Amino acid sequence: MAKQSIQVKVNGTEREATVEPRLLLVHFIRDVLRLTGTHVGCDTTNCGACTVLLDGRAVKSCTMFAVQADGRELMTIEGVALDGQLHPLQEGFKEEHGLQCGFCTPGMIMTSYALLGKNPKPSEEEIRWGISGNLCRCTGYQNIVKAVQYAAAKMAK
Amino acid sequence: MIHKTSSEVGGMGHSVKRKEDLRFIQGRGNYVDDVQLPNMVYGQVVRSPYAHARIKGINTEAATKLKGVLAVITGQDLEKAGLSWMPTLFHDKQMVLATGKVLFQAQEVAFVVAEDRYTAADAAELIEVEYEELPVLVDPHHATDPDAPIIREDRDEKSNHIFHWEVGDKQATDKAINDAPVKIKLSTAFQRCHPAPLETCGCVADFNPATGRLTVWETSQAPHAHRTLFALVAGLSENDIRIISPDIGGGFGNKVPIYPGYVCAVVASITLKRPVKWIETRSENLQSTGFARDYHMTAEIGADRDGKVKALRVGTLADHGAFNAAAQPSKFPAGLFSICTGSYDFQASFCEVDGVYTNKAPGGIAYRCSFRVTEAAYLIERAMDALADELGMDAAELRLKNFIPSDRFPYKSPLGFTYDSGDYKAAMNLALEQAGYKDLLKEQADKRKKGELMGIGISSFTEIVGAGPAHTYDIAGLKMFDSCEIRVHPTGKATARLGTKSQGQGHETTFAQIIAQELGIPVAGITVEEGDTDTAPYGLGTYASRSTPVAGAATAVAARKIRDKAKKIAAHLMEVSEEDLEWEPGKFYVKGAADKAKTIQEIAFAAYTDLPPGLEPGLEAVDYYDPPNLTFPFGTYICVVDIDKGTGEVKVRRFIAVDDCGNIINPMIVEGQIHGGLTEGLGIAFMQEIGYDESGNVQGGTFMDYLVPTAVETPHWETGKTCTPSPHHPLGAKGVGESPNVGSPAAFVNAVVDALSHLGVRNIDMPVTPWKIWRLLKEKGQAG
Repeated sequence: MAKQSIQVKVNGTEREATVEPRLLLVHFIRDVLRLTGTHVGCDTTNCGACTVLLDGRAVKSCTMFAVQADGRELMTIEGVALDGQLHPLQEGFKEEHGLQCGFCTPGMIMTSYALLGKNPKPSEEEIRWGISGNLCRCTGYQNIVKAVQYAAAKMAK
Repeated sequence: MIHKTSSEVGGMGHSVKRKEDLRFIQGRGNYVDDVQLPNMVYGQVVRSPYAHARIKGINTEAATKLKGVLAVITGQDLEKAGLSWMPTLFHDKQMVLATGKVLFQAQEVAFVVAEDRYTAADAAELIEVEYEELPVLVDPHHATDPDAPIIREDRDEKSNHIFHWEVGDKQATDKAINDAPVKIKLSTAFQRCHPAPLETCGCVADFNPATGRLTVWETSQAPHAHRTLFALVAGLSENDIRIISPDIGGGFGNKVPIYPGYVCAVVASITLKRPVKWIETRSENLQSTGFARDYHMTAEIGADRDGKVKALRVGTLADHGAFNAAAQPSKFPAGLFSICTGSYDFQASFCEVDGVYTNKAPGGIAYRCSFRVTEAAYLIERAMDALADELGMDAAELRLKNFIPSDRFPYKSPLGFTYDSGDYKAAMNLALEQAGYKDLLKEQADKRKKGELMGIGISSFTEIVGAGPAHTYDIAGLKMFDSCEIRVHPTGKATARLGTKSQGQGHETTFAQIIAQELGIPVAGITVEEGDTDTAPYGLGTYASRSTPVAGAATAVAARKIRDKAKKIAAHLMEVSEEDLEWEPGKFYVKGAADKAKTIQEIAFAAYTDLPPGLEPGLEAVDYYDPPNLTFPFGTYICVVDIDKGTGEVKVRRFIAVDDCGNIINPMIVEGQIHGGLTEGLGIAFMQEIGYDESGNVQGGTFMDYLVPTAVETPHWETGKTCTPSPHHPLGAKGVGESPNVGSPAAFVNAVVDALSHLGVRNIDMPVTPWKIWRLLKEKGQAG
């Protein structure tokens, strides 16, 4: 298959690569860009461990091709902290014990980032529905809800 | 009584924020698939589409010719190296790559290695395997039928029966049940399910031909045991093998066994002299790696009319799939299943288990529990509800009447365990109070009058965790001790290494807290490392809630050894005798003169700079801890459900979990573990099942049909605790990570059955799906 050249702005930096058209976005992020904070937990778009922001929208990068990101802006977990300062969501996950094994955490944070962008003051139910496309096998979600609430409160200040 | 340290020190009882979190929240974790080595290539397993078929031939030509393909390995190739079979962790063997025939769907048939993931997947598609289908055995109840196909032709014994195991006094139990005025019999199954950690299994095998060393980054809950087994099976020199378990994305028992993919990656790396990465897909994980449960159980209880239980008889059929790959640390074929008398004072009991082969994936493993305790807890807690129903007695009252009294500990159970400590009544009473049990009963009665379905389910479980002791517990012969090595550096900071391996449990924080408690060194100045067999002392790993009971004890004992030496140095520094010194976390002071003291930091510096004559330098200790007994955490869970008559849908309205795990290291982490375990219990009770059709096709092979709970189905958990320390653990701790998964399934199912009990329903097998409930309601003419 003829390779295609793509240009993607990743965490604020322009990146160029020549990729097979069938290359999944998540493999582009992990294997080509070597940003390994984005994880793969399933092959069926159920688990959300691969969630990243594409032009500000949360997408599951295991179900998109890298070529579909051409000319667009990508944000991964590695781009969430600014100037060494943790984002309130990252802080919230730590303070509220919203993670255990950490494997779902980057995807959870990216989904919550998009959620708070749309709805800065979500109710508990809205948070639960908002993260329902992301699976966590460790925490039982209760402390993830608290982590998102922590961030919402902090960002409102 | 444990001395409470300052929050800066952060010893036992402090909710210290986790040290490991900073890397995870910034995408800086290091999981196996994150490992990238120069020259690395990728492996892909070719799997069987059939559950039982003879292999007539494997054509690898087209795959081999594909550009970028480096090797294709088949069972015949491994046979030449004596590696086509490997031992399982429980007295059986398992094919690495199939030779002769395949025994379950998704069985490993060939291994393809290519320059990248995509080429490896392309090449796997090009492997042509010719199969001749054979009759398939799916139902374990037919495994020993005369016309059942023999699955394991490799065995001398031409039968699908693996083992018969029994424990207890059959005669006394039969008599007590025969003579009892009230008897119940409950037949139920604990379905085959899968732990499904969010990270699948995988490895990077790197054989360096220049040094002769093999390094394997592996998703392993037991890296040292894996190293020893690699050495024994492959004939490699153990010092030349280094297993590294980096960050692990959840284990829950799934990452205890050695899987064929690991072995193939190692063989490929040795053959190609290049690093080989193999990472499972989710489907491969669910279809081929260690399943759990698949126990088909019957319980009979004999009791007095007033509800006092007399005897328990249990019979069980265990489906092990194609190979008995039980990953379990006991000598008993059914593990710790004989804990099935639970929290109740039975005078007599008898338990027997028969294991069989079927054409299903091999196992089982202990999914977030000690081996088979979840099945046992489920059975007894369901059976107690059946008895309550038979007697027309309240389920809480029946339990309170039959609990082992708190003054009877240590308690010898009729099936041979010695429970260390317990106060079941206290946990039950707290749970009833937190739930507002009386009001709930009243509400339920009112709702029934209106035709609404509400259920209250109770489970008062006893857990059994922390294997050893070494005299009874081993895995592949390796005794179930565990270890900790602590090095206190000259500046008073410390590094500790353990034989366990965290997969999310927070060991980097909690083990640091134990050292902080014992030595007074602040948690911030203690680094905990695990998972590298080159550096950590030998240990058996993390599963069966054994880290705190065994490695946690080793940590405390190692720290106390350091304290003993520190005392000698302190006496020397203050020019007093050791007998004149008192300890409080962080310093030795002179009795009656508290201002005359030396801090642990001053002592640490002196250990390298100013020693008493004759004392060797340094401040380090290692301890290998063999526990005198297991520990027995317990609790009472109460679940409240509402059922929609129109759809059969169950809403878990409330769930109250009172746990007792003895003394607590980090309350925040304990609470988090309980939330997580309850959520897995919810999934098992209502959703998770690895089913098979009659041809042996897996019905739960992706997250689209193997359902696990999302944030929406998961209720808000209400927790509470009582504290009954373990008398034999150096810290009085017991272990807790698995209690909620062990205790909760019965609470969920008891609640659903309770909601339907007035309709004559006494059992519904898990997973309790809306479809099953709706069908039952329809049968009873109650569907809305």
